[in-house]
Amino acid sequence: MTILALDWFLLIEKLILIAIIIFASLGVALYTTFAERKVAAILQDRPGPNRAGPFGLLQPLADGLKLITKEEIIPTHANKWLFILGPGLAMTAALMTCAVVPWGGTIEVLGHQVDLQIADVNIGILYVFAVVSMGVYGVMIGGWASNNKFSLMAALRAASQAISYELAMGLSLIALLMVTGSLSLRTIVEQQVGHVWNIVYQPLGFLIFFICALAECNRTPFDLPEAENELNFGYHQEYSSMKLGFYLFSEYINMFISSTIMATMFFGGYDLPFVTSHLSIPGTAAIVGIVVLMAKVVMFIFLFMWIRWTIPRFRYDQLMDLGWKKMIPLALANMLVTGFFILWHQNNWHF
Amino acid sequence: MTWLTLLLDVQDTSAASYLPIAIQLIFAAGFVAAMIGMSALVGPKRQTKDKLETFTSGITTHGDARQPMAIKYFLVAILFVLFDVEVIFFYPYAVNFRSLGWAGFVEVLMFVGFFLIGFTYIIKKGALTWED
Amino acid sequence: MAITHIIFWFLTALALVSALMVLLSKNPVYSVLWLIAVFFAISGHYILLNAQFLAIVNMIVYAGAIMVLFLFVIMLMNLDKETEPQKDIWMKVAGVISGGCLLIQLVRLAKDAPEMVNKTALLKTGSIGLIENLGKVLFSDYVVPFEISSVLFLSAMVGAVVIGKK
Repeated sequence: MTILALDWFLLIEKLILIAIIIFASLGVALYTTFAERKVAAILQDRPGPNRAGPFGLLQPLADGLKLITKEEIIPTHANKWLFILGPGLAMTAALMTCAVVPWGGTIEVLGHQVDLQIADVNIGILYVFAVVSMGVYGVMIGGWASNNKFSLMAALRAASQAISYELAMGLSLIALLMVTGSLSLRTIVEQQVGHVWNIVYQPLGFLIFFICALAECNRTPFDLPEAENELNFGYHQEYSSMKLGFYLFSEYINMFISSTIMATMFFGGYDLPFVTSHLSIPGTAAIVGIVVLMAKVVMFIFLFMWIRWTIPRFRYDQLMDLGWKKMIPLALANMLVTGFFILWHQNNWHF
Repeated sequence: MTWLTLLLDVQDTSAASYLPIAIQLIFAAGFVAAMIGMSALVGPKRQTKDKLETFTSGITTHGDARQPMAIKYFLVAILFVLFDVEVIFFYPYAVNFRSLGWAGFVEVLMFVGFFLIGFTYIIKKGALTWED
Repeated sequence: MAITHIIFWFLTALALVSALMVLLSKNPVYSVLWLIAVFFAISGHYILLNAQFLAIVNMIVYAGAIMVLFLFVIMLMNLDKETEPQKDIWMKVAGVISGGCLLIQLVRLAKDAPEMVNKTALLKTGSIGLIENLGKVLFSDYVVPFEISSVLFLSAMVGAVVIGKK
């Protein structure tokens, strides 16, 4: 064991945590597809999937199995390696975002304190941004490698949309950062435990962030890259089998993670008001924390779906106008006003 | 080689907290590769020439997709790079802005002022209008 | 051999191999992807040097923004074999010579620089790369360059719009 000077317990602990979180987010994504179909069915007054298992609960497993066992198709005109790399990149990027999210407090395993967080990086928010900006490549490379005009157009649209809304997203978080003073997600949650949630200080910031999250996840009303009446099927129209599955899954994982991040940054993360700060047994606190965080996440995911089945799609010029001419100035103004008031308050309302 | 040992003595900094991210990257990439490989093995292989054609809803394809596209996308990408760098500048400010006080705020106001001049110029010139 | 040594050598090898692949790839899209790999490796080096903010900014700005622009340009261009400009042999020779001169200069400078002779990187005390410290320095000692950079951005925006509207 002296070959590598490593804390082996830490390594194994992190490995188990990573495996649990990755497979849990895959499971959540799988069942989000089911929830999406059920929510759509309820909103449209029909039963939805109900044949596979009780209430159709086995439907997502059947879908997953079907995706794996379908034929792999790589079109003759496509660029073979990039065609495979595209969905791989999209999925890898989607699986990387969860690294900095604090899923709960601390639990004790075999006498060791284990944080329910993969990496407590002191610039957690920026890490999320870096990974999100990597996600653009998956779509762009896949759409271009397909060598199909529809795919290419959809990929360009998706990339332009993603980068446009990334700016407003970044700006909206700076105002939040002024309130918290820290970029570590763990610190941001701990500040909210026992205090007011950040949503009280940053309602506008949250609204901007939420709209940008919708756009980043390609959700309606911003699902222009998948506008099937203009673009056939979107950037993944040449894909089949698991590669198509990865594109679809990565969108659901992104939705899950962005819900988690919104809950963490604006809605107290694993904090249950009036309760969490009084829980004395650390193990219980952690478990309550996970349940509370998941409840908040489910609320957000439901909101995403509700919007999808209620609001029609924007036109592309409306989308770009909203992103550049409304969101960015609004986020900038929010940032300056927040900064002004915090400084004013800090100087006891004097200049 | 001694300089290198000195160079790499980073055990007690917070940089070690990035190690789990590296592990996760290996794990995620491995999982993705395994799944793609598995589905390639499991699925049937009955490929015909027609099946591997580019899909355009049954219409015969004209040329391929390697052709120039609208310059607007290109402009959006350039402006994104510029704005992104400006946004990054605000992060170190936002972390420190309580201690920097009003002086720092005025500095950032000036920065935002220039930013807004550029922004209004872009909008006035119609670089971001999509409808022709 | 500590774990940091292994990571250091791995990242170095990754950076050099990817940089070579940038040059050797026939398809410019592959070159861009290898360049992203180079930025990844360099970000890893930054983290080893405890310059965490720099590492992430390198990822966001270089790998996430500038490379997207490169990819856009390459995808928007017509990439047929016929339209590819044929490079003169003398151009290649001139490129090798000028690149070689630059390399020799850089190596010489790095060898003789007073900051680097008999010194190692400041690691134990090196926390300047963290966002708080960087922000303090940027907004107190380097305010003027910071403001000038905003003028630079302004001119870049004007330039982009002028070129794009033609």
